[in-house]
Amino acid sequence: MDLLDSQFRVKVGLAEMLKGGVIMDVTNADQAKIAEDAGSVAVMALERVPADIRVQGGVARMSAIEKIQEIQETVSIPVMAKVRIGHIAEAQILQALEVDFIDESEVLTPADEENHIFKQPFTVPFVCGCRNLGEALRRIGEGAALIRTKGEAGSGDIVEGVRHLRAVQRGIRTLTILEDDELMTEAKELQAPFELVRWVAENGRLPVPNFAAGGIATPADAALCMMLGAESVFVGSGIFKSDDPEKRGRAIVQAVTHWQDPSRLVEVSRGLGEAMSGIDSGKLTPEEMLSRRGW
Amino acid sequence: MTEFGVLALQGDWAAHGAILRELGASTHPVRTAADLVRVDALVIPGGESSAMLRLMEPENLARRIRDRIVAGMAVLATCAGVILLAENIRPPQQGLAVLNVDVVRNAYGRQLHSTVAEIVLTKELGKPLRMEGVFIRAPRIVRVSSKVTVLGRWRDDPVLIRQGHILGATFHPELSADRRIHEMFMKAGEAGNG
Repeated sequence: MDLLDSQFRVKVGLAEMLKGGVIMDVTNADQAKIAEDAGSVAVMALERVPADIRVQGGVARMSAIEKIQEIQETVSIPVMAKVRIGHIAEAQILQALEVDFIDESEVLTPADEENHIFKQPFTVPFVCGCRNLGEALRRIGEGAALIRTKGEAGSGDIVEGVRHLRAVQRGIRTLTILEDDELMTEAKELQAPFELVRWVAENGRLPVPNFAAGGIATPADAALCMMLGAESVFVGSGIFKSDDPEKRGRAIVQAVTHWQDPSRLVEVSRGLGEAMSGIDSGKLTPEEMLSRRGW
Repeated sequence: MTEFGVLALQGDWAAHGAILRELGASTHPVRTAADLVRVDALVIPGGESSAMLRLMEPENLARRIRDRIVAGMAVLATCAGVILLAENIRPPQQGLAVLNVDVVRNAYGRQLHSTVAEIVLTKELGKPLRMEGVFIRAPRIVRVSSKVTVLGRWRDDPVLIRQGHILGATFHPELSADRRIHEMFMKAGEAGNG
């Protein structure tokens, strides 16, 4: 993985521009417009929001082509779309459609239970989920230009997101205090590419931006993710499964910018109506946990 | 000492701050009207212009920044920053309308067409007369008024421009190693404060 390759720099460059922002899940053009008006930096096109995938079950796939195109025609901000883990063909289709970012996502039903897509040859950048530093570095090794902690999508419960953010940050801090001759063993433990482990040890951060996803339902949840080292947030069901998506969307956008200012958080958190109802992710069986998909 | 602000509502503002500090500047993130009062010069970074506009609504920050620029505050605007300052924006969007140019958003295409290219400079920035330009879903400047000096071009398009104390780049100098644009901005900021 050549971090200085100009194509990779351009991919990471778009991720850099999305920092301090909110990326909202949308299933159609109307929702995309609401998301853009609320101040989203990008929208994520998918067939169903995670909360609905949980309730309805069935195989969750890449969104319909017409839906993606309709969203692309409606908004001027970048359009992302999800593919199933390991589904190279869906990814090639999205690249041909010229989506701006591809999310190889555990929220959809995996197409390959062992291998993720080899993302380096693609011109379109990829974002991938992770639960810890090793998983983040494996995805970057494959070519991901942006990492998001997985959290537990569609739950409205932030606890898994917090667990994953803390795990990534703890993993990074640990690397920075190890001696050079301890790094190979740490790479073995992390199951991560040695050169990337070394890069993180030297720089004290991931070589690509690190956003948070999964379970964010309130402005306070978004601010918490920022406090724990996330550089932007993905909000899925949290917006369009709430009482007032436009108002809540705007509030979460403000919260991500002003996360260090509690009085501003009070202001934006007022009068938002009901948040999505949510489920306690501690009550989910391992099979029901979307974050366990991929490795 | 000149206090340099970086508009930190959204986007890659942190990279600009790091470069300015490396060049010896004192920098401050600007998110509120109170922050703006404390700075003498401002970077408006890359990001999504529509999101930044939304984030400027509380406290009418866009209007306050505009007033400061009209009063002579030195500004470095990159990518989305150029869109925000432009007089005419296509497709139509609100803006600060202080830079006498017409810009077209995402005119070079979607992310698939983002690229690292070589920019040809005029002699104002010194040698070499070439500079790396990282273009990310870049806007295209399609008209410049006579008040605007073109300092750099990619193909035939103006990509680096100056209008008095306003410096604008449709690419991302903060993502390259060449520091000449930030140095030029710092000189303007220091002169403005003198």
